Amino acid sequence: MSAAARDTRLAWLLCAPAVAAMLLVTAYPIAYAVWLSLFRYDLRFPEQRAFVGLANYASVLGSEVWWQAVVNTLIVTVASVSLELVLGFAFALLMHRALFGRRVLRTALLVPYGIVTVVAALAWRLAFDPTTGFVNRLLELDGDWLAERGTAFAVIVFAEVWKTTPFMALLLLAGFTLVPPELSSAARVDGATRVQTFFRVTLPLMRPAVVVALLFRTLDAFRVFDTVFVLTGGAQDTASVSIVAYRALITRLNLGLGSAVAVIVFACVVGIAALVGALFGVPYAAAGARRR
Amino acid sequence: MSRIASIALSICGALPLAGCGPERPAGAPVLRWYVFNEPSGAFAAAASACSAAAKGAYTVSLVPLPADADQQREQLVRRLAAGDRDVDLVGMDVIWTAEFAAAGWILPFGDAEAARVEGRLAPTLESASWDGRLWAAPFTTNAQLLWYRADRVPEPPATWDDMLRQAMALGRDGTVEAQGARYEGLTVLFVSLLRSSGGRLLDDSNREVSLAPAPTERALEVLARFATSGAAPANFSNAREDDSRLAFEAGHASFMLNYTFVWPSAQRNAPEVARHMAWARWPRVSADLPSRVTLGGINVGVGAHGRHPALAFDAAVCLASADNQRMAARMGALPPTIESLYDDPAVRAQLPFADALRDTLRDAVQRPQTPLYSDVSLAIDGALHPPRAIDPPVTAARLRAAVGRALRSEGLL
Repeated sequence: MSAAARDTRLAWLLCAPAVAAMLLVTAYPIAYAVWLSLFRYDLRFPEQRAFVGLANYASVLGSEVWWQAVVNTLIVTVASVSLELVLGFAFALLMHRALFGRRVLRTALLVPYGIVTVVAALAWRLAFDPTTGFVNRLLELDGDWLAERGTAFAVIVFAEVWKTTPFMALLLLAGFTLVPPELSSAARVDGATRVQTFFRVTLPLMRPAVVVALLFRTLDAFRVFDTVFVLTGGAQDTASVSIVAYRALITRLNLGLGSAVAVIVFACVVGIAALVGALFGVPYAAAGARRR
Repeated sequence: MSRIASIALSICGALPLAGCGPERPAGAPVLRWYVFNEPSGAFAAAASACSAAAKGAYTVSLVPLPADADQQREQLVRRLAAGDRDVDLVGMDVIWTAEFAAAGWILPFGDAEAARVEGRLAPTLESASWDGRLWAAPFTTNAQLLWYRADRVPEPPATWDDMLRQAMALGRDGTVEAQGARYEGLTVLFVSLLRSSGGRLLDDSNREVSLAPAPTERALEVLARFATSGAAPANFSNAREDDSRLAFEAGHASFMLNYTFVWPSAQRNAPEVARHMAWARWPRVSADLPSRVTLGGINVGVGAHGRHPALAFDAAVCLASADNQRMAARMGALPPTIESLYDDPAVRAQLPFADALRDTLRDAVQRPQTPLYSDVSLAIDGALHPPRAIDPPVTAARLRAAVGRALRSEGLL
């Protein structure tokens, strides 16, 4: 056996426990959901359980509720992830460049991420309430934010951005540390402006970190549930795909239909990951291959 | 045995919070009653009264559920569908009877037990019945009344048309508080309007859509006209019962359609408003038909997977007894289901609107009694929300299609 083959074998052995754990806690539930999605199975009518093939999928994909939810989810995903990327860069730069109080600054910026999403969403719901909240008083407005579709989306996106920008900033900060300081110095010596240095040197070098941050956040944002559930409960046409799955599974106890929704959401998430991979390259994999 | 008991006692002595209250005699089965967390403590009082009356045969311990009816149901059905043996007694919202019974999650009352559930207002018994059998003991009931400010409104309006006219004439203070958020409250408002205009949601079999065009469009027309008029509150499309109560207590409204909990609340929180607060029956839609509002309330059912069903039936009858209903009325202002209690001085002192309420309850209607009720309700809310966008003929067609799909368990809601 060659040395390379032995290395590969060792690598697989070392990975085996993790792979086994993943199979147990993720592959089994996914397979079970796929299996359930092929049945008419409503917990309220257990005796009517029957194999229906792909009928549940046809029912979901033929439903106006589903496509509305997809549009709603994309609105939240695109709006929140792009805002988070811009703000995340600003925060990451701030944390990276801070000369003093760096530790306090990093801790302070991370606080929103440490708060449970439901608690944060509840706090924002009270803050935006027209009678008890402080937002209207601060802005001298008197409308009900959560009663109109546009403003309700604004509050949802705001709450999401507030909560997860620190996560984005943390991943981007890791990216900044990938850039050797001497490269920026060299660029400056060659006469590049700060802006040119950022876009021509720093950004390309931290690309893997940016892709990872974008990927993680997009996948998370696509599955948004808690924020929407607490703020509007899906009213004013703000239901996300996860809210639709929850209604089918938990409220209506329709395991077949609900599992079909869950499987389609899973397929969407895989699709997004593949799309990001195709557009920006699979992060870190290229670097690993080059090293070998 | 005595040694085990003494060890158990010493553990209880060491851990006073470990659930070893002195009210539980050793060995007596504990019946767990899942019911919403009633704030006045009336349900807890009923549980201890029945534990005492059982003389050691059983004790009833309360398991509180959230205040929100949708969340109560979600937590309960998860346990019931999984066959949780811990659920001995269920405090059931009236709209769950058909669903729980059809799924086999609760047990029907036999003739002997049903005979012990007597003197109830007919609609409350109907709310606990399905498929020709009784599935729960009616405990408390409720229905909406029209609450108004006697200092601004000399004569309560008899019809919706009158009410909207009076409200508009009052100007800024003329608001009519009602529930238009996308939840069960909107279903209640619509079904009450529909039944008051002579229509029905489902046919007699409760399996097919009824929704005759004339009354349906009439009900939708009233709802749309109200929602787009100056009489509707600014937050109508987001308002639930408690939002209505708070707005009325703040004094900016002259009318409110709401349940009776607003009366004790106003006495406590807004005595200035309460002084001028008067009541009448829900307004009519057509001058020649009485208003018919939907029934609310809690019935006590027996879980199908519990360990002590025979004891649980006994406890259900006891919990819903006249004494406990009187106590619930006195402590929590919860209206009784036993008709004669509306003449009881203690009850009338707490519920001065007893006569209007009893008249309303005699005419009260059921929300559709189908095992698919929660789907039907979601379909109604989805088709009617936001109420200001209702266009009667178009919305009626959409509503009919949505309710039909819900009854066939088709598609997403």
